[in-house]
Amino acid sequence: MNPLNDTPLLSVENLQVHFPVANSRLPFAGKRMLHAVDGVSFEVRPGETLGIVGESGCGKSTLSRALIGLNTPTSGRILWRGREVATSNTRRDPQLCKSMQMIFQNPIASLDPRMTIERVVAEPLTTHCPGMGAAEVRERVLRIMERMGLSQAHLQRYPHEFSGGQCQRIGIARALISEPELVICDEPVSALDVSIQAQIVNLLKDLQRETGLALIFVAHDLAVVKYISHRVLVMYLGRVMELADKHSLYASPHHPYTRALLAAVPRPDPSRQRQVRATLGGDLPSPLALPSGCVFRTRCSHADDACAQQRPALDVMDDGARVACIHPQFDTAGEKVAAHGG
Amino acid sequence: MSGTTMNPTSPLIEVEHLAVRFTTPNGGVVEAVRDVSFTLHKGKTLGIVGESGSGKSQTALAMMGLLPPNGAVSGVARYDGRDLLGMKHAELNRIRGDRVAMIFQDPMTALNPFLTIERQMTEVLQLHRKISRKQAFEQAVAMCEAVRIADARRRIKMYPHEFSGGMLQRVMIAMALLCEPDVLIADEPTTALDVTVQAQIIELLRDLQSDLGTAIILITHDMGVVASLCDDVMVMYGGRTMEYGTAEQIFSQPTHPYTIGLLDALPHLDDDGDVPLRAIAGNPPSAGGAVHGCAFAPRCAMAEEQCASVRPELLAFTDTDGGQRQRACHLPIAELRPGVRVGGAV
Repeated sequence: MNPLNDTPLLSVENLQVHFPVANSRLPFAGKRMLHAVDGVSFEVRPGETLGIVGESGCGKSTLSRALIGLNTPTSGRILWRGREVATSNTRRDPQLCKSMQMIFQNPIASLDPRMTIERVVAEPLTTHCPGMGAAEVRERVLRIMERMGLSQAHLQRYPHEFSGGQCQRIGIARALISEPELVICDEPVSALDVSIQAQIVNLLKDLQRETGLALIFVAHDLAVVKYISHRVLVMYLGRVMELADKHSLYASPHHPYTRALLAAVPRPDPSRQRQVRATLGGDLPSPLALPSGCVFRTRCSHADDACAQQRPALDVMDDGARVACIHPQFDTAGEKVAAHGG
Repeated sequence: MSGTTMNPTSPLIEVEHLAVRFTTPNGGVVEAVRDVSFTLHKGKTLGIVGESGSGKSQTALAMMGLLPPNGAVSGVARYDGRDLLGMKHAELNRIRGDRVAMIFQDPMTALNPFLTIERQMTEVLQLHRKISRKQAFEQAVAMCEAVRIADARRRIKMYPHEFSGGMLQRVMIAMALLCEPDVLIADEPTTALDVTVQAQIIELLRDLQSDLGTAIILITHDMGVVASLCDDVMVMYGGRTMEYGTAEQIFSQPTHPYTIGLLDALPHLDDDGDVPLRAIAGNPPSAGGAVHGCAFAPRCAMAEEQCASVRPELLAFTDTDGGQRQRACHLPIAELRPGVRVGGAV
């Protein structure tokens, strides 16, 4: 299966999500706009996983919520199989809601504590397939629960009786029962222990192989994203910094931010512990007052006057990577980047 | 490479047979920590790793006398030869925050939202050092600058909500280091932070340790952070120590099935990421249940009959490189999977 040849399942064009922020000290001073997602474009093809990485506040959660219709975009277009869809989920075609599902970050908080697991998992069917008989709903619930490694005995229990890893399996069962074509996973493993995290990542990969499901996998853990994604999108302050095939992004990142991000990940190898890592200095600028030009320039070691002049476009490099930087970095022979492990 | 446990000078921290039990409202007993022992020398870093519920945080809280009223501690926890556990409150207060300081996991909730950073920082100094407010202020500003908070003189007058998570964690570290403690206990100091900020904090802790000779107990579930900072590593599971040795030993030659499983389950940035991760089957133990055998036995792929009934003792042994280390497992090391992956290498 080569997912790269198909037409896009989901296309996002110049999506913007801005939130008005009241100026609390001056009641009549008017509102300022917080640019949470600021002109993001990408596509997702059937059967592929797009990883979205970035630090907290980069807009990755807002973006995934906007895709599913939980946040209303300020502007931009979302296309499903080439057809534009309503950006608010109340006006969305119910068929689309069936095809696009979401898995949330906090596995326990995302399940209603007063609903039995059977009701939680069956809810997408009872909502989107009103014609389906009770017997078939139950049969499909049983089938999906078994696939998730949960037994029939669990069905009448409540969420608090399960561990975090089990709750996440229930969350995945709920997302998959309506047989969606795309599942948006917002930090699905970051609340889980390492050994459980590996179980969930493997489960999602297996499910994708079995059903041809496409995934958008939002996470801040670059190593996990590498294991599950085909392509990776790097975000910073609401904008796309780099979008590339997994192998080329991790092996030869072009954007200085991607490089800094990769260099900052601590490796589980004590013999490398005293290595100096090229870390980013400073803090994230306020999203209420974005820097002019490239938003990363205030922390970038390659920035010059030109970076402040205009916003860099997402240019295509020789290896197919799309990079929003006027000084993209390339590895020259013999010189490896810090991100590579030096 | 021999472990720091071989260091001839007397250790700064000695914990022996520490156990923590909680009584629940319905009369049950939860054994959060069972028979944990370790030592820490000046200028060294001990990493305590384990998954949630393994008892790593409760070990630290018990040492500092910070258990809630329904928690009971037994065993010995000596700082500089004096037992912290049997100490009177007033005496303990002279050590806590002064000689032994703690960084808590969540900087947003560990600081008082009603007080400025300055008030919270100078409080420590005024209590332990009996110096004037003015002197305390100057010292607090200097420490904030040392942890690289820009514009410290102005920002120290702000409230916690005006800082980002990374900045607050620096404030916590600055506060813990104000009295230049001998021992710093850091409970998941970087868990709430982004990787780039985490890298800054790791470098900061490393620099401060080399400048001040502070000994650090680092509690974390992140093996990458452990490898970046620690000299010794203690791996906990179900309230017990599974394996204890130098970081070098634990990462390159793990001898306990749980440590091996934990390292295998990690996604590695340097792999090509196309192979499935090796997960540990099953779920972590719930804290309430009584454990007769090895706590890890229900999830251990190599468990034998005796593992479920007989608890393996934590025994010292000498490994092939001549290093001293400890493990709690019935299985002979030779039976564990050979060719264990060395962290990071492909």
